[in-house]
Order: sequence, then structure tokens, then C-alpha cells
Amino acid sequence: MMRASTFLVIFCVLGFIFLYAPILSLIIFSFNESKLVTVWGGFSTKWYGELFRDPQILRAAWVSIQVAVVSATAAVVLGTLAAYVLTRFGRFRTRALLTGMVTAPLVMPDVITGLSLLLLFVAMDQLIGWPAGRGMTTIIIAHVTFCMAYVAVVVQSRLASLDRSLEEAAMDLGARPVRVFFDITIPVIAPALIAGWLLAFTLSLDDLVIASFVTGPGASTLPMVIFSKVRLGVSPDINALATIIIAIVALGVLVATWQLKRSRRS
Amino acid sequence: MTIKEVAALAKPWVSGSAQPFVRIQSITKKFDDFVAVDDVSLDIYKGELFCLLGGSGCGKSTLLRMLAGFETPTEGSIEIDGQDMAGIPAYDRPTNMMFQSYALFPHMTVERNIAYGLLREGVRKAEAMERVADMLRLVQLERFAGRKPDQLSGGQRQRVALARALVKRPKLLLLDEPLGALDKKLREETQFELVKIQETLGVTFIVVTHDQEEAMTISSRIGVMNAGRIVQVGEPAEIYEHPNSRFVADFIGSVNLFAGHVTVDEADHIDIATPELEGVIHVGHGVSCSPGQELFYAIRPEKLRLSRARPDLPNTFPAMVDEVAYMGNLSIYRLRLPSGRHLNATQVNLSRHVEDAISWDENVWVSWDDNAGVVLTR
Repeated sequence: MMRASTFLVIFCVLGFIFLYAPILSLIIFSFNESKLVTVWGGFSTKWYGELFRDPQILRAAWVSIQVAVVSATAAVVLGTLAAYVLTRFGRFRTRALLTGMVTAPLVMPDVITGLSLLLLFVAMDQLIGWPAGRGMTTIIIAHVTFCMAYVAVVVQSRLASLDRSLEEAAMDLGARPVRVFFDITIPVIAPALIAGWLLAFTLSLDDLVIASFVTGPGASTLPMVIFSKVRLGVSPDINALATIIIAIVALGVLVATWQLKRSRRS
Repeated sequence: MTIKEVAALAKPWVSGSAQPFVRIQSITKKFDDFVAVDDVSLDIYKGELFCLLGGSGCGKSTLLRMLAGFETPTEGSIEIDGQDMAGIPAYDRPTNMMFQSYALFPHMTVERNIAYGLLREGVRKAEAMERVADMLRLVQLERFAGRKPDQLSGGQRQRVALARALVKRPKLLLLDEPLGALDKKLREETQFELVKIQETLGVTFIVVTHDQEEAMTISSRIGVMNAGRIVQVGEPAEIYEHPNSRFVADFIGSVNLFAGHVTVDEADHIDIATPELEGVIHVGHGVSCSPGQELFYAIRPEKLRLSRARPDLPNTFPAMVDEVAYMGNLSIYRLRLPSGRHLNATQVNLSRHVEDAISWDENVWVSWDDNAGVVLTR
């Protein structure tokens, strides 16, 4: 019994090291004085200062945040509608198809999603002239398509557990269906919507592959800039940037999980 | 007014001249192949507290939901106060419903929950708040106006749900298992409150319940449902003392049931022979049946008498006490007849001296009056 538990503790520690050692070393080295990435030269925050003086990185960060905010918001709207249809419309003819389409981006490799969207955008540009060229608009559309899938799954599980009689009660008291949706359904599932938004936001902020496929000149997201910089050799200011991103994403995931837990409880 | 006229006013279903307030005409509801409600016709009068009683899956809730407008009947029509309800959505019906789960809006305070219906109706805010305050007083929840539903106890939530459904002054209030979620003690108290509120406001109530005791206590009339059909409609005492079928007799209260056949069929009495009893059962009134016909005889446990000395009653049979369950106010005896058949008999404990009460393994006489039982032909 005792041996088994020591064994488990060791395994648990190993697991944590495996998962978090890279992240931890990155965070530690972001405070490194030395310009050499692998040699410790004392504590310093100078790379953070350097980072905020780099116009390329700042521009990319701004693009990434804009893309993430817009696509998370759009994904929440579309994902909620999709979830609503899937939980409420009962059986309809193309239901299986819609379920498949909504959840496909969850399992589809990013490379394929990116490539197919690129082909679509090029074809659309040639046929109807929109979206003209590729840039932030196409990244946003691409991010909405895959973020929406995650939002739909989160919202769908909340809607499925929602007591239908709440909506019936509102209708019974004289509210028309649209009114019921905004007065009752939306406020009750709000925690799931917030969780979905945060999830979509972090997914969009993290994405490199899809964005690389569908972007054009002048619209580089943060992950794309980091990736191109690293190819020329890792500089310590990237460590600082990565640390900041990890902090933001961790915070987002934390709040999303907390919101999701709250929505399950109510 | 004669006594008869007064009775007709209090019980409009007796006279037959009054206009029914809710008129359900051969309603059928099918879900795919499953028939949930099967050709139900029912008239309910103004000011009634009508109970739809039945086991789970008997279609009572579906019938209620059709009245509220949440389900559309497959066939038949519903009229409320002379108005045909076909095509009228739930939000335009003169009905309000109290849900089994109460369905209180979790993100609104008690006050806003109750005011919601009034504001949707376009009532001015000041007037709405006044009416909400009146309602809160009626259900004695003034102090809880600012609370959210999850800060209330089960009984308080039940009262908020009732207030919310009543505040719009509906012509018809539908209640789906209104006391189902309360514990026994609270349920009994609330039953009387519910009846009091119903009488104060004069609103017509239709209550769905599976609890036959609750139905007996609160309702003016009961409609017993089984497998989508209304089996019997009547006042509580009528349903209890004159069940029209084996199902109703068995469903309401407990009963001893004998299967037998008619041996003597006269205008003023019949005899029924059953293999489970030595001798025949005498019935002191005429029954429309024919000699030799197979039928059932039902007798309630409290109508049976137990004695050590042989009494002089038309139906008297020997039995042995198998078990006694002492309940305080009464005792339930499980008797065994010579044929091996068991009978249940309840006796009121009139005396405090239990020592000389009839007890285990005693040979006794079980007897009943020739008008105490019911002959059932189906």
C-alpha cells in the first residue's frame, strides 16, 4: 500500500515536470541578463523593456488582439445559434450534417482547415471579389469557423441541461419567443457564453497554422512573428513575450474554467 | 331558493344547466405512434378546483400542457370561457401555469419574478409593483421580495411560483404537481392554504397530481386518468364510495377485491358466489346484471368489522388474524380466510386498552353490511 502510494507520487511529480519544465525554464530565462539564451547571467527585466520597444512585435500583438476579440465575439454569436438549433429543433432532415459540420473543426488538422480556407478565399476573391486579397479579414473569418465549433460544444451542453420549463414559464406569462430568448435563455446560459468567449479568445490568440495559411502581406499575428523570429535564432526577448502570452492564456483558461463550473452548478 | 337550487349553485355539474367554463371535446394527443391522451372529453365549471389524478405516464400532464398551449392537440378542441383555443399560442392564453419544478427565473429576485408577467402585459411599473406587493402579502413572503430563488426554501419557492402564476389574474390556473416537491408535513399545511387562496380569489384551478390523498383533500371534483383516458369523473366521496371500475377502486385508497359470479339476481338484491369465500356475498340492492355473469365485488378495509362472537350481519365469514399493524389511531389487520385468501381490515382504536384487542393468530368473525361493498362489472 505504502509503496504504491510512493510510486504514484513519483509518477505525479514526473508528470508535472514533463508538462511544466519547458514552460518554467522559459519563464526563468526571460529574466536572464545574458544575451545567450542558455547561459544564466543574473536577474534582469531588460528583455521586457526591449520587447516593448520593438515595433514589429507590438504591431503583431495589436493585430492578434483585434483578431481574437472580433473572432471570439462572432464565434460566440454563431456558436450559440448553432447550439440552439442543435438542442432545440428536435429532428430535422439535415441535422446529422449540421452536427458534423459544426464539430468537424474540432477534429480536423489545422493544416487542412487552413489549406481549405485558403483555397476558398482565393476562389471567392476571383469569383465575387470578396474578400479582396488576404489579411486580417480572412484571418478573422478563419478563426470564427474553428472557434465557433468550441463555443457550440460548450453552449450545447449547457442548453441541454437547461430546464425547459423556465422558457415555458416565461412564455406562459406572456413573453413572445424572441423575448423569452433574450430575457431568460441568454441570462441563464451567460456563464457558458463567457466561458465560450474566453476559450475562443485564447484559441485565436494561440493559432499559428491556420493564420499562416490565410493571411496576406501586412497582417502578421503574434505567433507568426515569433515563429519567424525563432527561425533566425532564439533571442531572449522572445522568452519575455512568451512569458506574457502564457500569463494571458493561463488567466483566460482559468476564468473560463471557473465560469464553466459556475454554469454547471446553477 | 330551495335547498336544491343552492346545491346546484355550489355544484354546477349536478344541475347540468350551467355553462362549462372549460370545455374539452374529444381531445387526442399522439407523439408519433404513442397515444398520450386518448379521446378525452371534460367539462369544468367556473370556480372549481378540479384534480386530474393518475399514475405517471397516464397523460394528465400532457392534457394540462395542451390547456396551457405548450402542446397542440392532434384531434379535438379546447374552449376556455367560450373561446376556442385552437391556434392561440401560450403567451396569448387566459391561463397561467404553476410548474412542477416551479421554474422560477434564477437570475431574477422574487419581486421581479412575480412582476415579469405583468410587465409583459404592459402594466405600468408602479401599478405592477403594487400588485406584486399584494401578492407577496397573500403568500406571506413580503420579507423575501429581494431574494433570489436559490436563497429560498422549497416551501417559499412554491409560494413564489403560485404568486407569479396568480398575479396576472388568470381566468384559469393550471398547477402541475404543485405540492410534489414538498415534504409531507409542509404539503398538508400548503394544501389548505392552496384551497383558501383558491376560494378567496375565485379562480378556476386545474391541478394535476398523482397523490390520491391530496386530490381527495383539495378538489371539488376529480378526474381519474388511466392510459390516456378519463376513467371516472366525480366528487371525492363519489369516486371513493362509488368507483365505476376495478381500476378506480384499486387506485383510490385500498380495497379487497373478489372475483365471482351472480347466483341470485332479484330486483332488490343479488348474491355473488366466489371460490375465495365459503358461502355467498349478499348485496342489498339491485344491480343491472344477469344470472351467471362474471363480475367483481370490492369492499374497503374500514367497512369490515371484526368480532370474537358471531355477529348477525348478512355477510359474516370466519377468518384468522395473520398480522396486526398498529398505527396509533387505527390498526390494520391482515386476515386469512380458510381458502387461503388474505383480507385487509382497518379498525379504529376506540379504547386505550390494547391488551384485550384482537391479536395475532386469533380466530375471529369478519363481517360487513350488505350495502358496504361495490359491485363492479368492469
